[in-house]
Amino acid sequence: METVKEFPRLKQPSPGRRRRTFDRLPLRFLLLLGSLLATALTGLVATPVLTAQESVVETEETVEEVAEENPPAGQRLVDLPKIPFFFLTVGICTTVIVCTELARHGSPFYVRPIAGLRAIEEAVGRSTEMGRPMLFVPGIQDINEIDTVAGLTVLSSVAKVAAEYDTPLEVPTTRALVMTAAREAVQGAALAAGRPDYFNEEHVYYVTDEQFGYVASVCGWMYREKPAACFYLGKFYAESLILAETGNAVGAIQIAGTAETAQLPFFVAACDYTLLGEELFAASAYLSGEPAQLGMLKGQDFGKLAAIVLIVVGSLLATWDSISPRPMEGTDSAAHRRTYWITDLILKGG
Amino acid sequence: MSKFIPVLIAVLAGWVMMIAYFSPRLLSSRQLAEEWYTIVATIAMLFGGANLCLHHLKKISDREAGWGFSAVTLIAFTVTVVVGLLKVGVVPESVKSLNRPWSGQFQQEGSAFWWMYEYLFSPIVATMFAMLAFYVASAAFRAFRAKNVEAVLLLVTALIVLVGQTKDREITSLFLPAPSDGTAPYVPIGDLTEFIRKTFVTAGQRAIMIGVALGVVATSLRILLGQDRTYLGGDE
Repeated sequence: METVKEFPRLKQPSPGRRRRTFDRLPLRFLLLLGSLLATALTGLVATPVLTAQESVVETEETVEEVAEENPPAGQRLVDLPKIPFFFLTVGICTTVIVCTELARHGSPFYVRPIAGLRAIEEAVGRSTEMGRPMLFVPGIQDINEIDTVAGLTVLSSVAKVAAEYDTPLEVPTTRALVMTAAREAVQGAALAAGRPDYFNEEHVYYVTDEQFGYVASVCGWMYREKPAACFYLGKFYAESLILAETGNAVGAIQIAGTAETAQLPFFVAACDYTLLGEELFAASAYLSGEPAQLGMLKGQDFGKLAAIVLIVVGSLLATWDSISPRPMEGTDSAAHRRTYWITDLILKGG
Repeated sequence: MSKFIPVLIAVLAGWVMMIAYFSPRLLSSRQLAEEWYTIVATIAMLFGGANLCLHHLKKISDREAGWGFSAVTLIAFTVTVVVGLLKVGVVPESVKSLNRPWSGQFQQEGSAFWWMYEYLFSPIVATMFAMLAFYVASAAFRAFRAKNVEAVLLLVTALIVLVGQTKDREITSLFLPAPSDGTAPYVPIGDLTEFIRKTFVTAGQRAIMIGVALGVVATSLRILLGQDRTYLGGDE
């Protein structure tokens, strides 16, 4: 029997509510191209300005004149080298917001299925059938890490399903602030599920800030309680494999997700399902199925398109630089400036 | 209101942090926000300590499974806090402050707190970290099974990288005949490892990192616009 939740997909809007202007495909590409063009133009304009500033420093001008051109960092209104990156950020944010608005007004967006998220209900169901608790680890970093926030949004969804099934959920945390936020998330989920009595704050508790002290505590709990399902979603470092292998040893179904590329192979090797990088951030949108959040996912896709364009243009420029003739004196600064605005100003944020 | 004020603080602080990245004039505001975060986190640590004590006291009281570990935790916590706060074994930093016995640093070398850290805490953490090697071995044993073509490719690549990491020409060229000029046989397995790491692994990692960066932007935007409130329990 199919136990996984149906993949969320927005319904077709009624013709009366549809905004025909925004639904036209070329307009979306025009928006993206506009932001890309703005980025490119800004980069091209900013490069000569910066080069001119460098030449000013190199010439024998007085200290006052140089200081007038380059005031101290704290006095400048705008950090000039970061302007292209600013426009790239604004471009991506604009695209995300436009896509959100399009989704709100009924544009259908397809979001590819994410196996790890579809398996949440299966994992909760398995725990319910086996009469064993579940474990949720929201990473080992504080609430100021965006990975932790993404993990907490998934916790909210997991707790909602767990409340519906009345399956115990244990949430040990490494930070007191995360504990507070996790309690709010679980309590809110219990209320949303219509089961306010499900929330028990003793199941969401603080262990220690110390990385391996936390691991020892959680692994000890896993060996004693034998959870049927383990979720590891957030920021992880060296403890990822210890947790995942312990979960595997006790026979739990495991769903993990992190944006730490170094830890992903460990999770892939030891867990049943792994959310790779961006999938962790897409989780809340995917699980909620809200049009606004799904629109944001589509906005990210346009950001990826922009990244592809920048990579291709940068590669072509770098290739051209490498095969074009250079001055005998040896400095490749002239060639370097051609790719400078992509490699340094845009991609490295100035 | 209980949700509105926290969201407002999060949104304002978020925007200040973002704009300050591009405008140096707002750097002081950014530093102020960071200082406030530190203050809030410090206060939360007190709540965390209190929660730790209550949680484990209840486990001991209820005789739950593993309550003995809770007792050990509470004893260790109490001893550490008392030794650290009372600065047991700490000597004044200079002759001038002999009349102020508490003027030394609590983690001063030779103090009781330092001793506990050096001879109790560090070895335990090192042991936990060392156990990672065994977990890696068991995970690798399961992951590198040649079940299909993709798994075989992964296995072969992993073996090349593992052997290449040894940096030992005697191992990599163990079964090869020695060249006629008398030099040791050379297998470019180290170069191959570098090629795999710098080309394929880096390319894959960068693709993931671009996706992560965009995911961070979208998630941050949801928080900055006040649309994502799940960290506060949603809208309920």
